[in-house]
Amino acid sequence: MLTALLILFPLLAGLLVFFVKGNAARNLALGSSIIEFGIALGAFMLFKHNPNAALLNFDHAWVQSLGIHFSVGIDGMALLMILLTTFLVPLIILSSFKNEYSNSNNFYGLILLMQMALVGVFTANDGFLFYVFWELALIPIYFICLLWGGENRGQITFKFFVYTLLGSLFMLVGLIYLYNHTNVDGLKSWNVQDLYAAGRSLTEVQQSAVFWMIFIAFAIKMPIFPFHTWQPDTYVTAPTQGTMLLSGIMLKMGTFGVIKWLLPVVPLGLEKWGGTAIALSVVGIVYASIIAISQKDFKRLIAYSSIAHVGLISAGILSANQQGVQGAIMQMLAHGVNVVGLFFIADILLRHTGTREMDKLGGIRGMNGNFAVLFLIILLGSVALPLTNGFVGEFLLINGVYQYSAVMAAIAGLTVILGAVYMLRAYQKIMLGERNDSNVAFGSLAGTDKLVLGIICVAVVAFGVYPKPLNDIAEVAVRDILMNLK
Amino acid sequence: MIKLIGLVPLFPLIGFLINGFFGKKIGKSVSGIIASVSILASFILSVLIFVELNGSEEKSHIVNLFSWINSGNLKIPFEFLVDPLSSLFLLIITGIGFLIHIYSIGYMSHDEGFARFFTYLNLFVFFMLLLVLGNNYLIMFVGWEGVGLCSYLLIGFWFKNNAYNNAARKAFVMNRIGDLGFLLGIILVFITFGSISYNEVFLKAGTASTGVITTIALLLFVGAMGKSAQIPLYTWLPDAMAGPTPVSALIHAATMVTAGIYMIVRSNVFYSISEVASETVAIVGVVTALFAATIGLFQNDIKKILAYSTVSQLGLMFLALGVGAYSSAVFHVTTHAFFKALLFLGAGSVIHAMGGEQDIRKMGGLSGKIKITFMTMLMGTIAISGLPPFSGFFSKDEILAHTYEHSPLLWMFGMIASMLTAFYMFRLLFLTFFGKFRGTHEQEHHLHESPSSMTFPLIVLAILSVVGGLLGLPEFWHMPNWMSNNLESIIVRKNPSTLNHETEWMLMGIAVLAAAVTIYVAYIIYRQKKTIPLKEGDKMPGLQTVIYNKYYVDEFYDAVIRKPLDVLSVAFHKFFDIQIIDGLVNGVGSTVKTVGSGIRLLQQGNIGFYIISMVIGIVFIILLTFLI
Repeated sequence: MLTALLILFPLLAGLLVFFVKGNAARNLALGSSIIEFGIALGAFMLFKHNPNAALLNFDHAWVQSLGIHFSVGIDGMALLMILLTTFLVPLIILSSFKNEYSNSNNFYGLILLMQMALVGVFTANDGFLFYVFWELALIPIYFICLLWGGENRGQITFKFFVYTLLGSLFMLVGLIYLYNHTNVDGLKSWNVQDLYAAGRSLTEVQQSAVFWMIFIAFAIKMPIFPFHTWQPDTYVTAPTQGTMLLSGIMLKMGTFGVIKWLLPVVPLGLEKWGGTAIALSVVGIVYASIIAISQKDFKRLIAYSSIAHVGLISAGILSANQQGVQGAIMQMLAHGVNVVGLFFIADILLRHTGTREMDKLGGIRGMNGNFAVLFLIILLGSVALPLTNGFVGEFLLINGVYQYSAVMAAIAGLTVILGAVYMLRAYQKIMLGERNDSNVAFGSLAGTDKLVLGIICVAVVAFGVYPKPLNDIAEVAVRDILMNLK
Repeated sequence: MIKLIGLVPLFPLIGFLINGFFGKKIGKSVSGIIASVSILASFILSVLIFVELNGSEEKSHIVNLFSWINSGNLKIPFEFLVDPLSSLFLLIITGIGFLIHIYSIGYMSHDEGFARFFTYLNLFVFFMLLLVLGNNYLIMFVGWEGVGLCSYLLIGFWFKNNAYNNAARKAFVMNRIGDLGFLLGIILVFITFGSISYNEVFLKAGTASTGVITTIALLLFVGAMGKSAQIPLYTWLPDAMAGPTPVSALIHAATMVTAGIYMIVRSNVFYSISEVASETVAIVGVVTALFAATIGLFQNDIKKILAYSTVSQLGLMFLALGVGAYSSAVFHVTTHAFFKALLFLGAGSVIHAMGGEQDIRKMGGLSGKIKITFMTMLMGTIAISGLPPFSGFFSKDEILAHTYEHSPLLWMFGMIASMLTAFYMFRLLFLTFFGKFRGTHEQEHHLHESPSSMTFPLIVLAILSVVGGLLGLPEFWHMPNWMSNNLESIIVRKNPSTLNHETEWMLMGIAVLAAAVTIYVAYIIYRQKKTIPLKEGDKMPGLQTVIYNKYYVDEFYDAVIRKPLDVLSVAFHKFFDIQIIDGLVNGVGSTVKTVGSGIRLLQQGNIGFYIISMVIGIVFIILLTFLI
């Protein structure tokens, strides 16, 4: 029931927000997202107490004739993803307080609907339901980007929409194929365990086909090289909060999908093609990192760095060992928090100086030391300095990939160096040195801005020093998932 | 006391937090006192722990703080190890750290970033303590990267100067190259032994194949090359002199850069198994020692000379490690920490007196004006040159004797490096303190001895530089070598020395004679002939030009790595990404677009329509759930 509530609550709140005017809309959205986070914390407590609590699961027949159930449940991985989602959404809403959006009630309503769909994706235990939420998540973000985006938004958003939709269709075909092979006492089923069983009953060739059909959808969503070209443009064009939703949470749908809806389904397909997919992921790490070096717009630089990070996550997952998958989950959490922080910094820069062009900036450290420190802490999380949240995941990921292939690990590890190269270069250009253009001033931060950055920085350090509460859940969750693989 | 080991890094951490959050409000004097007292507290505790450890039978104590990262069979506790090696490093870090904090109160007194400086300095000490205290490789790595961060922050301390910022960035990135090697090494340790805790790993070291051990040892050594500035990853250290001078003394001479030596001594079990790795360490070490020493010959910036000297001395320490003389390396780390911190702080005092001037061509005749600085720097210079009975003599002699035993050829190169050291150090001393003053009138007028907060640390370090040799008297003198006895429990002993006493006396004699002759040559050139190095832009002989320009290594790296990377970045972005991959996507996309033109009609409507239709859809779905 709790899980259904987690889905239902943002839906109702979102619908309500559509009909509220002015600042009340954003306040309502913020309030309800905080309540949602509270509910998620409740689920966390309950889970700690009893991971199999009945409250965490909900199952109701939906389309009986087709074996479709409205079946949602919280396991360890879902819990972590929900915590991430519900933690980030209030921050994302709060981060918009200094931006003026027209029809802001629609804007905030869509964010909450998006949250509903995301929680649905992370909790669905029914293949069809998963697909429904998966597509549902695309709609609000599509409108957010289309209506409140920047230059060229029509064309760019359309491409993003079509590209991801195309990928999803492949996945739908793959899922239907699996569904057709299910057999539970003579009936077909969309239940996730039944789909696992169906997948494993397939021959290697069949599994390979299913592997690619489903992987493509996830690869586009994350995105993985060479399916990534929609991403930089979309991230740059989308309004900041849209970019945060896309990078902070939505791309985790892809990595989450691989762990829950791909690995256990087609073990033979993974064995045959996992190496190829890892190679693509690893190539993407180096490729995107190198491109990031020469970026001029800070937002685009973060976009490329995100491709690099997600490449490592994907490689870790596909290595299919404890450290790789656990590292992936930990890094999904860390990346979500850090990338939201970085995009927020890009937004603050734009708001204060009128530009994100790094060549035009400089010397901001001298004008606002606090901002410089907050920025630096988030940056360190992003380059995975030990004792920041980014390190735990990155270390486990490289470890996991190493067990698959030492060479791949060495190449993937280049992110350690290249990440420092582009991030520190950006930091220097933006923050250090003398003021580049004497017209560019940078005053003090607004209260809400400080609050958001402060919370993110605390999270960066806290979960770097003491990741245990989250890491323990991830460890057990991954152990269960890998049991399924054997 | 040992149970309280957690407090040793905690004090600097508290100092860091107080200064970080309230530094500006509490004022300079309070800020400086808090920072220094926090290190003093750590130092006192370290001394107590050191004494207790010395008195106890059990030489290795593990103190568990909390469990940090668990993943399947990978268990990484946040755990400290107190043993003779780590407790010695604690003394060096907190002891010299404290002196340098005191010094900095005077040196940085006019800087507006005073509190920020001490914030970073405290944080550095915290991470440095983690580095040596950790009971597993990952905690070492935490400290390792943490000190790298502080080094970055302190090199670029004066952040308005972009040349300094570039130096800071270079240091960080170059260190990260090493760190990747280190990280992969740690992972291989885990994969091989199922653990990364020292005690478990070293117990099982014999079970792995030599090939794997060699790979591990070499990967770890890549990390050491970065942190301890060995060829090819050394070019960041001379640039790091952009930071305030106390930073150069503490981080870039006495402590952080010796982390690589610590790491290899800690892992000596691996290196004693793998001959290939050991030989590599020895060769890289001796080549670096020689190479950096030659560059030191022609530098004119007082800090740069000391920086190249540090690279060179670190090379000597790696030579020691490579030939299996682990305790000699630690001995030299210790004495080097004394005299090199002294020399840097002395240089800082000189720069202070000269109003910021660092070029020794513009100094001269300072001995009478800043007597304490001169006397203490003289002690440091004699110590580093290896004249008896100063500390450097004993540690260097031990290294060279072990090297001779291993390979007379390596010994010869080590010997040459030592002679070069004696030469450029006395060159520095003569040009700075003797002869006529070559600066401006204004500078001459302002010449003054530094305040006592700065001279006090100089005096203490000078005393240590003189008597530090007592820590490791030669065994063939039938004296107790405290250093090697102390480290006995953690070091794989190689066979007892096969050199007979005559050979040892002879080696010692050659070393002293060589140093004396070199110093005399320097005396003739810079005192009798009063040679002053050429001015900027003057024509130099060819080889000298090459060396003066540091063999153009920076230019080489720029041309081979940095610039190609920039070009590649643009090429990937503009051509490969936008033209090829995205071009393909768009090609497919435009087909889809044509086909989907019908669907597009739906997208001409207004927002309200979209939202209403979406809401209807969602409500429909939810209703379906319960109706069907």
